[in-house]
Amino acid sequence: MPDVQALVNDFLIKLKKRKIEGSQATARQAAELLRSVISQQRVPYTNQAGALIDAVRAVGEQLIAANPVELAVGNIVRRVLHIIREENLSLATAAIAGLNLSAASDGDDDDDGERDEHTVLSAAAVAAAARSTLRPPSLQTLLEDMPESATIPHTPSSGGDSEGKSKSADKSSRTRRLKHDIIEAVNELIQDITTCHEQIAEQAIEHIHQNEVILTLGSSKTVLEFLYAAKEKRRSFRVFVAEGAPRYQGHLLAKELVARGLHTTLITDSAVFAIISRVNMVIVGAHAVMANGGVIAPVGLNMVALAAQKHAVPFVVLAGSHKLCPLYPHNPEVLLNELRSPSELLDFGEFSDCLDFGSGTGSPLLHVVNPAFDYVPPKLVSLFITDTGGHNPSYMYRLIADYYSADDLVVRGRIASGN
Amino acid sequence: MDPRRAPRTVSDPKVRKVGFFTDPPDRSLPGPPNHPISSFPTSPPSTVDNSPPSAGNSLSPVMIPPPRHSSSILSPLRRDPPEFFPLPASPTASTTFSDDVASTMKGRGVAAASSSLPGGLLFDIAASSVPASGLTTVSVVNNLPIEKGGGVAVEMQDDQSSRSKSLKEKTTKAERRALQEAQRAAKATAKAEDGKTPAAASGAAASVKSGKSVKPPPSQKNDSAALAALEKKAGDRPPEKDRKKEVPQPRMQFDDKSRVEKAKRRAVVKQTEARNRVELFRHLPQYERGTQRTELQSKFFELDPVHPAVYKVGLQYLYGDICGSNARCIAMLQAFQEAIKDYSTPSEKTLARDLTAKIGSYLSFLIECRPLSISMGNAIRFLKNRIAKLPLTLSELEAKATLRSDIDRFINEKIILADKVIVKHAVTKISDGDVLLTYGSPSAVEMVLLHAHELGKQFRVVVVDSRPKLEGQLLLHRLVGKGINCTYTHVNAISYIMHEVTRVFLGASSVLSNGTVYSKVGTACVAMVAHAFRVPVLVCCEAYKFHERVQLDSLCSNELGDPDVISKIHGREDINFLDGSTNSENLQLLNLIYDATPSDYISMIITDYGMVPPTSVPVIVRDYRREHLWI
Repeated sequence: MPDVQALVNDFLIKLKKRKIEGSQATARQAAELLRSVISQQRVPYTNQAGALIDAVRAVGEQLIAANPVELAVGNIVRRVLHIIREENLSLATAAIAGLNLSAASDGDDDDDGERDEHTVLSAAAVAAAARSTLRPPSLQTLLEDMPESATIPHTPSSGGDSEGKSKSADKSSRTRRLKHDIIEAVNELIQDITTCHEQIAEQAIEHIHQNEVILTLGSSKTVLEFLYAAKEKRRSFRVFVAEGAPRYQGHLLAKELVARGLHTTLITDSAVFAIISRVNMVIVGAHAVMANGGVIAPVGLNMVALAAQKHAVPFVVLAGSHKLCPLYPHNPEVLLNELRSPSELLDFGEFSDCLDFGSGTGSPLLHVVNPAFDYVPPKLVSLFITDTGGHNPSYMYRLIADYYSADDLVVRGRIASGN
Repeated sequence: MDPRRAPRTVSDPKVRKVGFFTDPPDRSLPGPPNHPISSFPTSPPSTVDNSPPSAGNSLSPVMIPPPRHSSSILSPLRRDPPEFFPLPASPTASTTFSDDVASTMKGRGVAAASSSLPGGLLFDIAASSVPASGLTTVSVVNNLPIEKGGGVAVEMQDDQSSRSKSLKEKTTKAERRALQEAQRAAKATAKAEDGKTPAAASGAAASVKSGKSVKPPPSQKNDSAALAALEKKAGDRPPEKDRKKEVPQPRMQFDDKSRVEKAKRRAVVKQTEARNRVELFRHLPQYERGTQRTELQSKFFELDPVHPAVYKVGLQYLYGDICGSNARCIAMLQAFQEAIKDYSTPSEKTLARDLTAKIGSYLSFLIECRPLSISMGNAIRFLKNRIAKLPLTLSELEAKATLRSDIDRFINEKIILADKVIVKHAVTKISDGDVLLTYGSPSAVEMVLLHAHELGKQFRVVVVDSRPKLEGQLLLHRLVGKGINCTYTHVNAISYIMHEVTRVFLGASSVLSNGTVYSKVGTACVAMVAHAFRVPVLVCCEAYKFHERVQLDSLCSNELGDPDVISKIHGREDINFLDGSTNSENLQLLNLIYDATPSDYISMIITDYGMVPPTSVPVIVRDYRREHLWI
């Protein structure tokens, strides 16, 4: 698969050079890449899911290593792995439920073997529930799995599992089926990513009332759509946009908002505290949402969140599901941060004489710090609005558990040791 | 006995408010037959001012409390009145000195003058074992001849008994006017008592009334009003409208149509209102910038009422060449000095009257260029007071010389020496290994840092900067030039950098009487984040910038800068998202200049009176105001 490798390398370089702006674009491209990886991956007769998982994982490792700060990539890799497992499982349970056979001699995978045994012993739904320790039976998982198994049962290939070796035709159809299902699911994922802000924006009307004053910082497509959706519903309100130095994305957002006919006031970042006493709600986008409900956000938002807390202004974070990261942060201000070029703050020409001042020690007198992200602890966040609805920060771990399987959390761990 | 009692009780509320009041031994004379307070209701209510009409009072011998007593009672911070401050008392020496420093301060606004701070000069003197309280003694010394410790009544009696006959008719005229004033004040307070206009409570009447009701009246207004009334009797008669000016006026509200119209008619410069005014800030002036400049420049030869020196300073304000409240204040005072030097009283006018009017017109010109800072407001109050109190006997030349040396003294004592004392205090809070954070380019903090560096302390400075002025870069230049290890970042990254910071040093444009620090916009953010990270926040501010006003948020009173600098980012031509849309009706650009930091974020305020918590600000404000006006 040289073409896939080329694609992967291309994407890797883009990630490394930080060519892709925004976690949404990153997530979508990552998902598309993984889709082509899956479709190109040749699947052996046995253990198809395992092979796919290994392939995705191998690519995923590289992607995550290319830009460990871009958590969306890791999220997507885990989501795809989760999809593979889910699809494989639903297929297997469907087969077993259809035939009701007890012999599961040719286990696909270690995991699959285990699962098959489980399913043999119990009903399909219970097996699906028991599979993941992180995921005790919830209504959603039950509902998710049941229709699948209900629609699939009487497929012609369902018998193939037990006498797989003898019936190669059945086997291949099942392989194709698995791959096909997975790709379908990944397509759905991509669809979700591209339309997530529409789903978030749909909820805008429930949160923005007439004559509200809203503050935001920097630029986020989700926030833009969210505000615009409220405007569309004839709510009139004003928006204060902090410009978000040193990238000044706020200017971009202000321009867009003005073009769409919202009352917009652009302020400097330093005026946030002065203004916030007149603000009814802070609505911001996020870079990533951690499992503890903390937010990795564009730089400056921790300041805004503190000011909002001081004045008891709700601090609302909009985040698509691809931004939900199953990891718990440790020292995120440093470890999940990135320092951008000092040239955004200082003109090199102006300070070139200062930068190498420390002739004696060799260490320069002047340091310029330009972090890209801020960590907003969960206690400062009032509400998360995702494409599945509004959630408390304390609930995020549970929401996240729905999207990922516990086995995949270690992807990162392996990478850490691998590097 | 009564007359002696009366002044005490009249001034009593003020004394009581200090909280340090103890009965001085020489005054507690044995067995006063009348209880002092009970003596008041006997006087007719219309003349609450109580001294002129009561015949008994005017007949009895006048007792003026010895000045030292009163001053020591009134100002608890003055520990050692007779001690002289070991500093150049001669006006010439101090002038040269202040000129030097002041000119460098002015230069700080300009980018080129990066390392011109005369650190050595400043600290030589600061190090010469000046006691912290020593500063104030200078003013005490000057107080002695014209001390008016008691208050209104004392002066009144002084006038009546000792001077009324000896002086000309003028004095009696003054008395009459004083009586009117007092009655008017009484009416005002009566109204205030009804609860309609509490702010209008003024003068001696208020203090008498509050003698009955224990509730302390708004002290500063009292003081200044009482003082104004007192001036009337003290010989010079400043025009009546000046008296009103002494009472801090409610600020101009720019959403008040009629007043704005009036102000416009008076204005030297025609200003066009900005198109996209920010709704929240209708009460603040929002004008187009560009037209103002060209018009001012073109009018250079037409504006005869404005002295060239004042004109120059005004333009410098307008262009932002002078910024920072100290530098602005010094520049303004020096311009006034020039103006006073070239001033000559027109025939048939008195110097005090005409000069005050003149300065008033200069001021309105300066305000058109840029709204006054609080520090400047305080300085002007001082100056007008000095003019008002010039003895009539002085010739014009003498009067001018006195005024100019007064201005010099103000610059020296209140700004330059105050800074030195602040530096001395603040340096004790810096220890080796500290990481100090500062925001913007506060002059006092810069001096602190440079001095600490000279003392050989090992520390690192984090300079936090913000758009649009990016003053921090200038500070960075100067600090790095001196060899101080610096880190530079912008205000958004404050949460990132605050992890490593051990102390935050901030400057202030003013400290308000509720402890709120009114300072460059963004200071509140820095203080808030520091508070959240449990880092101590130290504010360096000279006491002359303290103000009795209170403010809870940053919106009621603020200054709006040029909105265009928001959309254009200096040095980042690649960012021009807003180029096309600045004319859109929906887009407003808001360039706030100041914000108000709540006092709970402030650990300590370092001032020339020492290091105080923000809760002590009102004490200093009142004490300072008294001393500062009564010089």
